[in-house]
Amino acid sequence: MSTVNTETVKDYFEFPDERGHFGRFGGLFVAETLMGPLQELREAYEKYGGDEDFLREYDEDLKHYVGRPSPVYFSERLSAEIGGAQIWLKREDLNHTGAHKVNNTIGQALLAKRMGKKRIIAETGAGQHGVATATVAARLGLECVVYMGAEDIVRQSANVYRMKLLGARVVSVTSGSKTLKDALNEAMRDWVTNIDDTFYIIGTVAGPHPYPAMVRDFQTIIGREAREQMIEATGRLPDALVACVGGGSNAIGLFHEFLNDRDIEIHGVEGGGDGIETGRHAAPLCAGTSGVLHGNRTYLMTDTDGQIIETHCISAGLDYPGVGPEHAWLKDTGRARYSSVTDQQALDAFHKLTRIEGIIPALESSHAVAYAMQLAAQKSPEEIILVNLSGRGDKDIHTVAELEGIEL
Amino acid sequence: MSRIQNTFKRLAGQQQKALIPFITAGDPQPDFTVPLMHEMVKAGASIIELGVPFSDPMADGPVIQAADERALEHHVSLQDVISMVAEFRQKDNQTPVVLMGYLNPIEIMGYAEFARSCAENGVDAVLIVDMPPEEAGDFTAMMREHAIDIIYLISPTTDEARIRKISAVATGYLYYVSLKGVTGSNALDVVSVAQKLQQIRAITDLPVGVGFGIKDGATAQAVSRVADAVVVGSALVKQVEKYQHDQTLMNEKLAATLQQMRDMMDA
Repeated sequence: MSTVNTETVKDYFEFPDERGHFGRFGGLFVAETLMGPLQELREAYEKYGGDEDFLREYDEDLKHYVGRPSPVYFSERLSAEIGGAQIWLKREDLNHTGAHKVNNTIGQALLAKRMGKKRIIAETGAGQHGVATATVAARLGLECVVYMGAEDIVRQSANVYRMKLLGARVVSVTSGSKTLKDALNEAMRDWVTNIDDTFYIIGTVAGPHPYPAMVRDFQTIIGREAREQMIEATGRLPDALVACVGGGSNAIGLFHEFLNDRDIEIHGVEGGGDGIETGRHAAPLCAGTSGVLHGNRTYLMTDTDGQIIETHCISAGLDYPGVGPEHAWLKDTGRARYSSVTDQQALDAFHKLTRIEGIIPALESSHAVAYAMQLAAQKSPEEIILVNLSGRGDKDIHTVAELEGIEL
Repeated sequence: MSRIQNTFKRLAGQQQKALIPFITAGDPQPDFTVPLMHEMVKAGASIIELGVPFSDPMADGPVIQAADERALEHHVSLQDVISMVAEFRQKDNQTPVVLMGYLNPIEIMGYAEFARSCAENGVDAVLIVDMPPEEAGDFTAMMREHAIDIIYLISPTTDEARIRKISAVATGYLYYVSLKGVTGSNALDVVSVAQKLQQIRAITDLPVGVGFGIKDGATAQAVSRVADAVVVGSALVKQVEKYQHDQTLMNEKLAATLQQMRDMMDA
């Protein structure tokens, strides 16, 4: 049933190449001062990424601190109401700190510790990655500074307070559009100034090599667990995978394990905002151009002068003008298909899942649920769709209430 | 011989070091830039680095970020910046002009179109902050074809192997970033700069400019004693910001700053 054009790629697990390229995407586009530190990071990751002690500590933390494995759950009532394929959820929302982000921050923080770095910095949009970083920094006794756009600080005040409770310093970024991309710029500026003692924990599969590969590797636990769990629960692999894509870390975390299973459809869902046709969206894979930002070549929201365009999406976690280079490559090879759903469709899905299944999804994950509902309607009840429910929606209830004119 | 080679040769004959001011093109408004470039040449600029405004200047501190934002309020594009160079060339066919910026605007224009346009309009070299030599393959070939130099950065974190790699592909001059950090940082350490320059000079004959942390006549003088060229950016851009509403005063202040640097470098 697969109609994708994947004959040119023999083994998806062989990517990126040693300089971080996924086909024409990815790479290492940074100022010279960062080339040395990134090489140091590459070497440390190569050393510890295959080190038994390191991996054992990572696995133990995932089990006892995060609460893994996260279950897969059959949304029986939702599936019945749609009357199409079975919708299953990979419950990353049940992780400690409420989303998949912690899988990666634990891995990078353990690496930082082994590299002897005393100070952790991070960028955050919705605040989930910031919270997940502040959490592991607290646990390991590391100094933590989180850069966050001034606009996002207003939108996500609860997460800002959470980070402060955890002992992090939250720095408001007032340059540019005052959102996630500017927070990333500012974190890079901090890193280039403090490279001797500082480890930069990037939260998504973007940035310069080795970040896209390293963050992916720390997130692939999602897909590895899901493979076993689906076989155990249903006796087979799912027919389709669905995940939301901002930078794309939860999506690659689910997808990567299944890339070489060519019969499995892979669907990434971007933030369609007010609709692609309005130009007010956050969907570089659906409507962007190939360019270079934040250390890698990928699809971007950029104008004809090459300036980065402001994005629009109800979900702060999808509000990013770029996307991880591996997704850009999966789009071009045809292995994955990328679509978008609008703010309204995501909100509808948010309510639907909450009322029918008793699960309040993050607005990011609501995009994946919305698309999965459309996809399920086109498929038969024998078919199985696995959705990555990347985070829980507690952080979003103020946003939803405000949109609906309710004062909390 | 290129304008850049000519410049370094002429300066060497006069026992002088190059003074390289940086301003962001189109800051505070597009029609201020070319007159300011001429003023800077009169005040002793040897080469001009013209910043191409970008929405996400990751390697720049707050001063140059703000300059980019001022220019972008006027939608100053890469094509506009190249046109400014063409206008500058109508009166000055000697002073080299280097475009300095980030890769994305060039990617979107297209490498071939960019190279051709630079050559046709009198641009001598480009310095792309976020394009290390490892990623420069096609770009290098296209710029070479049009005899446009590619200036590369070397930083305190660049080891000897990388200095070799960079020197092998760089043309025009090398730009040594004197400290870890973004543009506009303080705390220039001339002794460690001198040590690094010694290491670089053992590897290449290219002239070496030093930037980051040069803010007045004294720092310019100190650096000129060890480097072939002194690059000054944020100190000038701060004045552009301060006097943005009075073009005459702005030109005077920048010229005075450069003249003082020139005088102390030549002293």
